[in-house]
Amino acid sequence: MTAQASASGALPVTDAGPDPALASTLAPALAAQGVGVVIDGATLLDGVDFDARPGEVHALIGPNGAGKSTLLGVLAGDRPAASGSVQVEGRPIGSWRLRELARTRAVLLQQHDVFFPFTVGEVVAMGRAPWRGTSAEDDDERLIAAALVQTDVAHLLGRTVPSLSGGERARVALARVLAQAAPTLLLDEPTAALDLRHQEDVLRIARARSRSGDTVVVVLHDLNLAAAYADRITLLAGGRVVASGSPDAVLTGERISEVYGQPVEVIPHPRTGAPLILPLR
Amino acid sequence: MSRVSDLVTDAVTPPSSPASPSRAEPSPAAPASPAAPAAASAPRRRPTRAAILFAGLAVTLVGVMLLAACSGQLPISPGEVWNSLLRGLGVDVPAAAVPTTDAALWSIRFPRIMMAVVIGAALAAAGTLMQAVFANPLAEPGVVGVSSGAALGAAASIVFGWAFLGEWTIAVAAFAAGLVTTLFVYLSSRSGGKTEVVTLVLTGIAVNAFAGAALALLMFLGDAGSREQIVFWQLGSLNGSRWQQFAVVAPLVVAGLVVAFLLARTLDLFSLGERGARHLGVNVEGVRIVVVVVVAVLVCAAVAFAGIIAFVGLVVPHLMRMIIGPVHRGLLAASVLGGAVLLLAADLVARTAVPMADLPIGLLTSLIGGPFFFWLLRRTRRRAGGWA
Repeated sequence: MTAQASASGALPVTDAGPDPALASTLAPALAAQGVGVVIDGATLLDGVDFDARPGEVHALIGPNGAGKSTLLGVLAGDRPAASGSVQVEGRPIGSWRLRELARTRAVLLQQHDVFFPFTVGEVVAMGRAPWRGTSAEDDDERLIAAALVQTDVAHLLGRTVPSLSGGERARVALARVLAQAAPTLLLDEPTAALDLRHQEDVLRIARARSRSGDTVVVVLHDLNLAAAYADRITLLAGGRVVASGSPDAVLTGERISEVYGQPVEVIPHPRTGAPLILPLR
Repeated sequence: MSRVSDLVTDAVTPPSSPASPSRAEPSPAAPASPAAPAAASAPRRRPTRAAILFAGLAVTLVGVMLLAACSGQLPISPGEVWNSLLRGLGVDVPAAAVPTTDAALWSIRFPRIMMAVVIGAALAAAGTLMQAVFANPLAEPGVVGVSSGAALGAAASIVFGWAFLGEWTIAVAAFAAGLVTTLFVYLSSRSGGKTEVVTLVLTGIAVNAFAGAALALLMFLGDAGSREQIVFWQLGSLNGSRWQQFAVVAPLVVAGLVVAFLLARTLDLFSLGERGARHLGVNVEGVRIVVVVVVAVLVCAAVAFAGIIAFVGLVVPHLMRMIIGPVHRGLLAASVLGGAVLLLAADLVARTAVPMADLPIGLLTSLIGGPFFFWLLRRTRRRAGGWA
């Protein structure tokens, strides 16, 4: 039922009470106001407001071309916003040094290729690069091993990445991102290439990370996964925010039918009560 | 990595799934015990392979150096070479049986050997750097116009009879023109603070074509003598290498290699793509600019005195990557050694294959390198479905 908890509800971080150190972590880890992106005259994003807070899984959903990946790119600092502003932990994203940023947020892209035949172990170890020369290096082996196990790629350790299947490559990329141990995770369609079990794995990991105080922003196409695992959902269409809030509030049959151009019905799951989105066939 | 694999087989506790306590299979962890021992032993193979490779390359390098010192119009025994080496270093050893031995070694063969070593190392390291930083196996210093620019500079100084720097004029003109051409290609393919690899390669093609036409024009303008000189400069040769040249080339190459090794671990991250590297804190464009300058310096230093020597920068990194994998600290070191061995061996063949003649070494490396690269391509395609 945590899936429907509001951002200030049953999260462990708020249970700690008025401890100022913990309370300050409730400020948005990532925030964007009025973000606009225009490329070659095409408006990819238009006046998008967004924020993601420690302790929550925030899903970005929307039809193809809605601007989900573009927004993720802006939040990651990959592309500048033509208008509006983005803050990471309260500071304008442009004022961050790349290395600091890499210790603060990790990004899983849709593209998981590795250009040269690095082994799985070598690629996952690359996730530790931002921590080189810091005391956090002592955790390298433990974090790498944990990430390999979490993503179920430990048995592929010595294989080269180009020899893996698409789904395996995606899991290796996720392992690398997890090993980076950044408190904010940006995941762009992490479930796209994965089978049923590993899709659930990825979102279980995302939820576990959020419950330990991290911030997770995840682009999802599967609305039922979003409904089951997200604390908050932002629905984008045509570069604008259509709705943002708890899964129950955002995922209404009428809204989804209209935005996606596909009639659906939304029924509560008989056991968990989470919204189930079923296309009308 | 071996300790990581030990940790993995210990099975780290998976994250709990507070949302689904009732599930029978709550953890994303993999038991994966049957595959674990095999996986654990796999990463250990590379260090062993690397040790064998480095030992083999080092022994081969010393062996070929000795062989090169012994071979030539005046055959010299290894013992004589050793004695001459000691004499040159001030050790009191009886004089050589043949009086010209010391002169042949110290003023002709030793400088030539040392030039082959540093130039081979420079070319191979430059190729490794280019391939790494553009995450592209076809990137080669020639792509960004280093060689064609240098050739143009050399040709211009030959045809117009420039002599403002005396006998060094051709080398300096080649070095400067190569450097300028590289920077031009790089800077003009940048847009909005970013370099697109395809744009870079296409810009390089355009600039190479222009430089080729300009070179043809210079040859047309020049007299028969300068035409011949340009042709032979382009074919590349280590004939006439001297210590003074080595004293110029070696510091440049060493400086370039130091920067390359400092960047080695960062270069690995480029294989994740530009965005992937950036997300791990790499200033992609900053590193690229440094690398392009280093590559230009390495290749220009080599080309300035030896002319154009193709394929070393393309083939050696590929070959070494096949043997010890793509991790750049090892790969760079192996490429440096491999490039030195390859060029030294090629030069030995170039000056001994045909009696009383010095074959152009650039011709030789392309003659062998071309078909070898073809074989390498086919083989890689079969095994890993290509590089892309």
